[in-house]
Amino acid sequence: MPSSSSSRDALVDIANLHFARGSRRIFSGVDITIQRGKITAIMGPSGTGKTTLLKLIAAQLYPDQGSIHLDGQDVHRLTRSALYTLRKRVGMLFQSGALLTDLNVFDNVAFPLREHTQLPETLIRHLVLIRLHAVGLRGARDLMPSELSGGMARRVALARALIMDPMMIMYDEPFAGQDPISMGVLADLIKTVNDALGLTSIVVSHDVAETLSIADYVYVLSDGVVIEQGTPDQMKASESPWVQQFIHAQANGPVPFHYPAPEYMADLMQAG
Amino acid sequence: MLKLTQNLGQQGLMAVARLGRRFMFLLSTLAGCAGLIRRFHLLIKQLYSVGVLTLVIIVVAGLFVGMVLGLQGYNTLVDFGAEESLGVVVALTLVRELGPVVTALLFAGRAGSALTAEIGLMKATEQLSGLEMMAVDPFRFIFAPRLMAGFIAVPILAAIFNAVGVFGGYLVGVEWVGVDAGSFWSQMQAGVDLQEDILNGVIKSIVFGFIVTWIALFEGYDAVPTSEGVGRATTRTVVQASLAVLGVDFLLTALMFG
Ligand SMILES: Nc1ncnc2c1ncn2[C@@H]1O[C@H](COP(=O)(O)OP(=O)(O)O)[C@@H](O)[C@H]1O
Ligand SMILES: [Mg+2]
Repeated sequence: MPSSSSSRDALVDIANLHFARGSRRIFSGVDITIQRGKITAIMGPSGTGKTTLLKLIAAQLYPDQGSIHLDGQDVHRLTRSALYTLRKRVGMLFQSGALLTDLNVFDNVAFPLREHTQLPETLIRHLVLIRLHAVGLRGARDLMPSELSGGMARRVALARALIMDPMMIMYDEPFAGQDPISMGVLADLIKTVNDALGLTSIVVSHDVAETLSIADYVYVLSDGVVIEQGTPDQMKASESPWVQQFIHAQANGPVPFHYPAPEYMADLMQAG
Repeated sequence: MLKLTQNLGQQGLMAVARLGRRFMFLLSTLAGCAGLIRRFHLLIKQLYSVGVLTLVIIVVAGLFVGMVLGLQGYNTLVDFGAEESLGVVVALTLVRELGPVVTALLFAGRAGSALTAEIGLMKATEQLSGLEMMAVDPFRFIFAPRLMAGFIAVPILAAIFNAVGVFGGYLVGVEWVGVDAGSFWSQMQAGVDLQEDILNGVIKSIVFGFIVTWIALFEGYDAVPTSEGVGRATTRTVVQASLAVLGVDFLLTALMFG
């Protein structure tokens, strides 16, 4: 449990978060602390609300109860312009990359600079090429998003997220649907970028091995609450059957393989 | 019975909520239009893209509609010995009714559905959320230029439709069935009133352009962000926009010429 002294190093402080979509409860009392300079992983099966959590942190959604402080500010009490100022310092990588389809790679990465600054084109070119080089795609600057593979699109999105020199980056399922090689590339990139630039990273994922390999601290979400937290080593050693099932990818355990159904034999016999 | 009333009530509530979202959406988009002066290039780009999408269809349809009007008008008028009035009949039908209405229907089918699909896909691929995360307001950046482009493009397209339609009427009426060219044009000139006819026609097409684009953008924005949801939203745009154009046309006609 984060003590009050350590929460002063916290960049994000989520307290007693409640959120529902219609009648479906997604969070019922979640407490999460994201330490500055660290990579914090938030794990859980699909549909637990990991993406929703990131949108709550970015104040694209509003909680029913509880609060989220980002860099000392309650994000849900900010005025629109204060919120936009804060968002310029937070990068987010969406699952799909979310690149603008009618701009090429270079213009996508340059987009935030052109929107928010009056920098001369020569300087913009410099800044963009530095970021593209960092993600290994300097040569792909003229490609359109439709010509990129999924892994490349995410790397371009990372370059774009870095362009405004953010203090924090949130990654939504950076490994989902990737081949093992690009998974490794992305994991290395997330780690390198975080450490070299002194960022804070939140990685939301259900890919256990990759995530545990780069995370400093892990939260596991299920059914709207944090069911386990700790360092990756503590996670692997966890006694909780749920965590065991999740980490070792077992079909049977507290999370059932079968969708609720009538008794098997009875169901078969009924057909006649 | 209870279930039925419950269902009915729920449907009613959802319809009201949807109407509310529609107007909120419109307000936000209109507010976003204020920033367009600074982003004029976005407007130009959208005008170009809806223009290119629709121009060919408009020209071809205008020509055929004009030719049909020429033929049908001649066949009717000749029975009364009034075929000299063909020019004014063709022109008035086009300027008052068919120009604005057919242009708006074609615009809904071509550009409207394309807009809905484009916005729906932007939503499905998280581009809209992505813009918000980059502190860029999608209403300013995406919706305002598109609404404005539809608003400007439809009256221009309707004018082109009318011009081509009159030419089609001339081709059939004068060149083919042999109405006197002099009386075709002079009757038209005398019979079409600048304010009564042309101005009212322009007002109609401005209103239609606005309604069709509004519906198209909203349906994309409100689409369920999956490929199936975007497909359904596209269909809804065409159906709703077409019906809205025909209904509003009746209202406007009653107000203007009733
Ligand atoms: N726009 C939305 N409207 C209604 N329900 C939604 C919406 N987005 C997500 N949900 C629901 O919220 C739950 C959590 O979604 P999400 O945060 O995307 O989960 P995860 O990212 O962990 O897979 C899911 O059950 C999903 O169906
Ligand atoms: Mg998700």
